Order: sequence, then structure tokens, then C-alpha cells
Amino acid sequence: MAQLLTVEGISKEFNVRGKKVLALDSLALGMDHGEFVTVVGPSGCGKSTLLNLVVGLLPPSAGRIVFRGRAVNGINPEIGYVTQKDNLLPWRTLIENVELSLEIRGVEKSVRRRRAEELIDRVGLNGFEEHYPHELSGGMRQRANIIRTLIYDPELILMDEPFGPLDAQTRIVLQDQLLKLWSANRKTILFITHDLIEAITLADRVIVMTSRPGRVKHIAAVPIPRPRDVYQIHTSREFQEVYERLWRELRPEVIMTEV
Amino acid sequence: MISRGRLFLYRLLFGLLLLALWELTSGRLIDPFWISSPSRVSVYLWQVISDGSIFGHLAITLYETFTGFFIGALAGISSGFVLARRETLAQILDPYIVAFNGIPRIALAPLFIIWFGIGPNSKVILVVIVVFFLTFFNTFSGVKGVDIELKNILRVMGASERQILFKVTIPSTIPWVTTGLKISVPYALVGAVVGEFIAASKGLGYLINYNTSLFSTTGALGGILVLALVVVLCNEVINRAEAYLLRWRPREEVRTERELF
Ligand SMILES: Nc1ncnc2c1ncn2[C@@H]1O[C@H](COP(=O)(O)OP(=O)(O)O)[C@@H](O)[C@H]1O
Ligand SMILES: [Mg+2]
Repeated sequence: MAQLLTVEGISKEFNVRGKKVLALDSLALGMDHGEFVTVVGPSGCGKSTLLNLVVGLLPPSAGRIVFRGRAVNGINPEIGYVTQKDNLLPWRTLIENVELSLEIRGVEKSVRRRRAEELIDRVGLNGFEEHYPHELSGGMRQRANIIRTLIYDPELILMDEPFGPLDAQTRIVLQDQLLKLWSANRKTILFITHDLIEAITLADRVIVMTSRPGRVKHIAAVPIPRPRDVYQIHTSREFQEVYERLWRELRPEVIMTEV
Repeated sequence: MISRGRLFLYRLLFGLLLLALWELTSGRLIDPFWISSPSRVSVYLWQVISDGSIFGHLAITLYETFTGFFIGALAGISSGFVLARRETLAQILDPYIVAFNGIPRIALAPLFIIWFGIGPNSKVILVVIVVFFLTFFNTFSGVKGVDIELKNILRVMGASERQILFKVTIPSTIPWVTTGLKISVPYALVGAVVGEFIAASKGLGYLINYNTSLFSTTGALGGILVLALVVVLCNEVINRAEAYLLRWRPREEVRTERELF
């Protein structure tokens, strides 16, 4: 079967005050249906840019992106995008934010309410339906950000460091919830993170990117069976092995970015 | 935070203190001819209220203020919206808008009287101009400042441009529009009164001016007091409307760009 998504040697160049900055350089990757792929790389290596290109918010400078056998040209509403900033609409309550995409698609009010309430329940946000985003904690907003994308059931979901700003405990809880949501309907997820432990915990495959200009440096399969216990997983031997191998690849890139 | 009841009490006490100071100063330190006194002003107000003569003036001023306010706000908000979404047109008109806005409104008042007569029309038009610019600039900056990421998120969800307008652009512009409307109300009132000062046969501005010309400080201060009361009442109504419309916002200081009349 053909892959759901293939990124064929894309490059992206930005013009920053007259100077050309190459953010991505002939990056290639492919994703199968139902796969959970994570991407790690030093900050500024072009991870967010990659997602913006995949969803079609930015055109590539070279190369192309093929989704379901068709080259992407412009914004692709079959792809869900959980951005780094939660980007909830501040004038809508939690439940109104979660319903938004169904409202846009013209789904009947009672149907979308029910769907939204179901998801709100699943991530333990019940009781906060009528709260405005500024009345929610960072972790709650990020959960809302994720379920408002899940609600319209896009085939591929992009996630840009969704747990980045959260504290360690909250992150683990949300990782657990995300894996449970994912295993319930097996959508395809491309998940960016700068946290190697998180990358391994979640993924079928981990992609390591080079420092800018971003390219794929290394791809490792994570042979840890599912369902996984996110609270314990990092103590297992398989985890340690994958971690060490990936860290060897990632370390020089991170160090290069620091200096 | 101070409780509502206490706040009201302290405000009342402060007002009474001011009145007491005024009453005590008058006749002891300064001749009441210059500053009148609260008791004299009260008597005057009671008289104009009981014979009903104040209401005609009040009605005219309120009519001018609110007619001008609604027309000006409507025009200002819609032009702000249109220009913020038409880059080229906004660039072409920019120097003219800046120049026109730079003209002190008070310089226009006599011209408007010549063009539109000494009746309420000339004041309404003056108010329209005042309110137009305040609401225009606020709406314009609001539409310009809409978060592009929010729009993109909706595009990714498959929203049409029309849906983005109604679900993102308009709601995120509302705080700016309400700020524009809020600061417009007192300026609208001032616009109407200034117009009446220059030439009119009715209205609170006319009444104050008339009393001043007779050296009746009691009458002038009485008119000013009524004017102040109207401003406070309008402000209260607007604050409540704003609190309701912007209930989704965290509390913060209101951004206001004050403009000199
Ligand atoms: N819209 C843009 N205009 C100019 N430069 C950009 C833009 N977006 C990203 N860049 C540059 O591209 C590089 C990669 O950015 P980004 O994709 O945000 O990195 P990451 O998400 O991996 O931290 C950075 O050097 C950044 O400054
Ligand atoms: Mg990023």
C-alpha cells in the first residue's frame, strides 16, 4: 500500500532582511497509515517549518509533499495541526473551542456538543466546559488544543511540541492520555519534540534532525510493545538501548547549536 | 479589593467633602459672585427642574450627542473594517486621513454652523466627525492586529474566508471597537456642547453660555453639573455593556488612546 505521506526532498529558504536563511535542506521522510512518528532536533533546526510545509501553510522552495498520492498545493484540511502555542480562541469557552471545527463543517449543534463532551470527558476536563481559556491552566489548554483537532478526525495529525511548556508531571499524564486516545482510533501522528525521552515513549519511529539547515540524520524504530506504561517505560532495557543510540546521533547536533 | 458597598460609600463621602469645601469657601474666602455655592446651585437646579425648563435643553443636547454618536460610530467602524482589509486603498488615503484628523474639531464648528445652520444639524455633524475618527482608528488597529495564527488554524480546519471573518476577525476586533466607543461618548457630548457654545438657541451648551454672558455663575455651574452627571451615567452604562461583551477576557487595564479635542 502506498504511504499516507511522503516528503520528497523539500528545502525551505527564508528571506530574513535581505539575507537568505536555509531552514530545511532536501529533507525526505515517509509515513504509513496509523504510524506514530516523532521528530527530535535542536531548536531552530526547522521542525516547525517542516510542519508548516506539510500542512500547506508555507510553500516549499524545492521538492514536494505527497499526501494520499496527491501533491499538496495550499492548505490541506485533511491534516490536523496542533500548534506549539495553544491558539484557542480566547472569546470561546472550552467546549465552544472544542466544537469549532465541527461548527465550521456545519455539523448539527446537538451532535457536535455530544462529541465534544465525550472528548472532554476522556481527557478529564469535565467541569470546565464553560470556562474561558484564560481561566484554564497550561496543561488544560493544551489538552483542549489536542482534542479540538481530534474531534474532526483528520487522517494525519501534526503536533508541534504540544507539551513543551508544561511541567514534568503534567507532561507524563498528557503523554499517557495521548497514547490512549491514539490507540483508540489509530490515526497517523507526526509529533515534534525536543525531549528525547518523550520522543521514544510515544513513537513507533523516531527521526533525528540535524542542526540548521534541517535534514534527516537518523531514523530509529522503537521496538517496545504497546500498550506502553509511560510512567515506567524509561527503566526498560530496550528503552535504554534506543535512548543511547539516538542520543549519540542527537548530541553533536545539539552541541553545534549551543556554540 | 474594596467591596462594592464601601466603594460607593467612599465615593459619596468624597463628593460630599468637595461640596462642603466649596460651600465653606464661598462667601468666606471668595465672593460667591465668582464661584457661586452648592446651596445656590441646588436652588437654581430645583427651580429649572420644577418649571421643566432644563429638560428642553437636555433633550436637545442628548439628541445631538446620540444621533451623532450612532452615525459616527457606524461610519467609523465600517470604514475601519473596510480599510484594514484593503491594503492599497488604505495606503492611498493615509495622508488625507492623518491630515483631516489633525484639524482641531473646534476649528470646524463655526464652518459647520455656516453650512448647516444654528439648529441641531450642525452639532450632529460635528459629533459625527469626532466619533468617526475615534472609532475608525480603533477598529482599524483592531482588524490589523488580528492574530494570523488564529486565522491559519481555522484555515487548516477548513474554514472559508467568510467563516474566518465571523469567527476570528470580528470577535477579536470587539475589544478595540468597544474601547473606541467608550472613549467616544464623552467626546461626543463635548462636541455637541462646543457646537452649542458657538451658536445655538437651545441645549445645555447654550444654557451655560447664556448664563455666563449674564455673569450668572450659579446658572453656568448648574448647567455644567448636569453635563457632568450625564457623562457619569453614560459611562456607567458603557462599562456594564463592555464587561458583558468582554467577559472572556482576563481583567487588565483598558488601553485607551486619548485624543485632545
Ligand atoms: N517565517 C519565517 N521567516 C523567516 N525565518 C523563519 C521563519 N520561520 C522560521 N524561520 C527560521 O527558520 C529556522 C527554523 O525555524 P523553526 O522551524 O521555527 O525551528 P524549530 O521549530 O526547529 O525550533 C530558524 O532559523 C528561524 O529563524
Ligand atoms: Mg518550533
